[in-house]
Amino acid sequence: MIRFENVWLKYRHGGKSSAAAADVVSNMSFEIPDGGFRWLTGASGAGKTSVLKLMYLAEHPYRGRIDILDVHAARLGRRDAAMLRRRIGVIYQDFRLLSHLSVYDNVALPMRLARRPEKQIRSDVTELLHWVGLSAKLDNRPYELSGGEQQRVAIARAVIGRPKLLLADEPTGNLDDEQAHRLMLLITALNRMGTTVVVATHNLALVKEYPAPLLEIAHGRLVLDGD
Amino acid sequence: MAGWCWMAIKRRNVDLLGLRSAMADRLLPSLVGAMSFLAALAIAGSMAAATLARQWQGDAGSALTVQIADPSAPAATGKGSRLQAVLAILQASPNVSDPTSLSAAAMNDLLKPWLGEDTAQLNLPVPAIITGSWNQPGPPAVLQAALDAVAPGTLATTGEAWASRVAALTGSIQASAVSVLLIVAFVAAAVISVATRAGLAQRREAIEIIHGLGALDSDIANRFAIRATRASAMGAAIGALAALPALFWLARLAAPFAGILPQHPGPALPLPLCASLPALPVIAALIGWMTAQVTVRGWLRQLA
Repeated sequence: MIRFENVWLKYRHGGKSSAAAADVVSNMSFEIPDGGFRWLTGASGAGKTSVLKLMYLAEHPYRGRIDILDVHAARLGRRDAAMLRRRIGVIYQDFRLLSHLSVYDNVALPMRLARRPEKQIRSDVTELLHWVGLSAKLDNRPYELSGGEQQRVAIARAVIGRPKLLLADEPTGNLDDEQAHRLMLLITALNRMGTTVVVATHNLALVKEYPAPLLEIAHGRLVLDGD
Repeated sequence: MAGWCWMAIKRRNVDLLGLRSAMADRLLPSLVGAMSFLAALAIAGSMAAATLARQWQGDAGSALTVQIADPSAPAATGKGSRLQAVLAILQASPNVSDPTSLSAAAMNDLLKPWLGEDTAQLNLPVPAIITGSWNQPGPPAVLQAALDAVAPGTLATTGEAWASRVAALTGSIQASAVSVLLIVAFVAAAVISVATRAGLAQRREAIEIIHGLGALDSDIANRFAIRATRASAMGAAIGALAALPALFWLARLAAPFAGILPQHPGPALPLPLCASLPALPVIAALIGWMTAQVTVRGWLRQLA
């Protein structure tokens, strides 16, 4: 379960929340059950990415409580936080691929960090890259790929570890309709297998095509909880 | 099959953080090498000081000099001259070895710088000198009393005062060498820390990505530490090797003071120094590992 309880967030400057900085998330509370699917919507700058950052532990709230996969995030030590991050797959808006690594090595990263055997990594990565249509570009560097291809590499990296929680920030932004459809099929398939999914988007057509409860945000506040 | 195995090994050793290009590969070994060179010289200096001090303390501390004024006058006992009586006591003493009365020619050589070519013509009351080795610690007080009894005014001295000064000098040289070693270790750690910080700054984005994917602090710190360790060990090995010619040259210079004769085939480095030189890369590697670990783990604290 994902649970936000009266969560407040300001961005840190020099390691501490600045008192003068504006709240990017204000008094936010909601719950997403295990295996749930939520669209996270709102205008640009509403705070969608900030909410996702709180979910993948890249930021800590200065007030309130967050439980991720039934774990109280504030009580985690650094090691436990890292282990929890391994159970979370994230598709970033800006892909965040490592330019010095090949497509294969980028996708293999989460498995390597989890110290999976190289044989299993080879099999899983090859299969997934085939599935996203990039089996011919295993050895290419990310900068040699188009935006859509980079997006698919980022998606493959996010799902390779079969995460318990999948977070996606505008995942279809660089994809054509067919690729967007394939991605949504993958995400809904993972969701059916028990992965909790949160997809941030402002693409209302996509939301209509794949109906699911909404979390709508405006100015850092939750204005609609679809449940 | 072999190709697949090679690819598997290559992929397992993937440079996840791209450190190959981020951590200065030439600068760090060069600077650590310079530190290692200085450390080798400091160790050698300390050991040389200790060796010379041992040698000098042994020579000077045990040297016995006896001056007998009016040596040909009769002894107080009435048997023979004062010189003969003193020499007889010295020869009979178990604490004195090799008592030798300086010949007239040897005395002439000693006094030549002050009194000219032939001191005998000056008809000066020159005392007789007997040299030997004093085998006991402490001043020869009992011997002095015995000599006074047969030849009053005879003076027996050892080089103990000189030996204690040499010991103090050696102590200060060794303390300086230890200070130099500490400073060198500190500077090496600072250099490694700066190089690691430069690498962290350059690979910040990659580190953030890997951290976000669930890398442990140790996963990231170990990758930096392995590179720092390798570069430090390599630099220190080069520095120690580069110091060898200088050490041989210094050993050659110090050979006469250490009791090695000029016709000796060539001074070898002392065994403790030979054993400590291979330790330099090991110590540098340890400093590299520890410094990189502390630097990276401290830096990672700023990430959530």
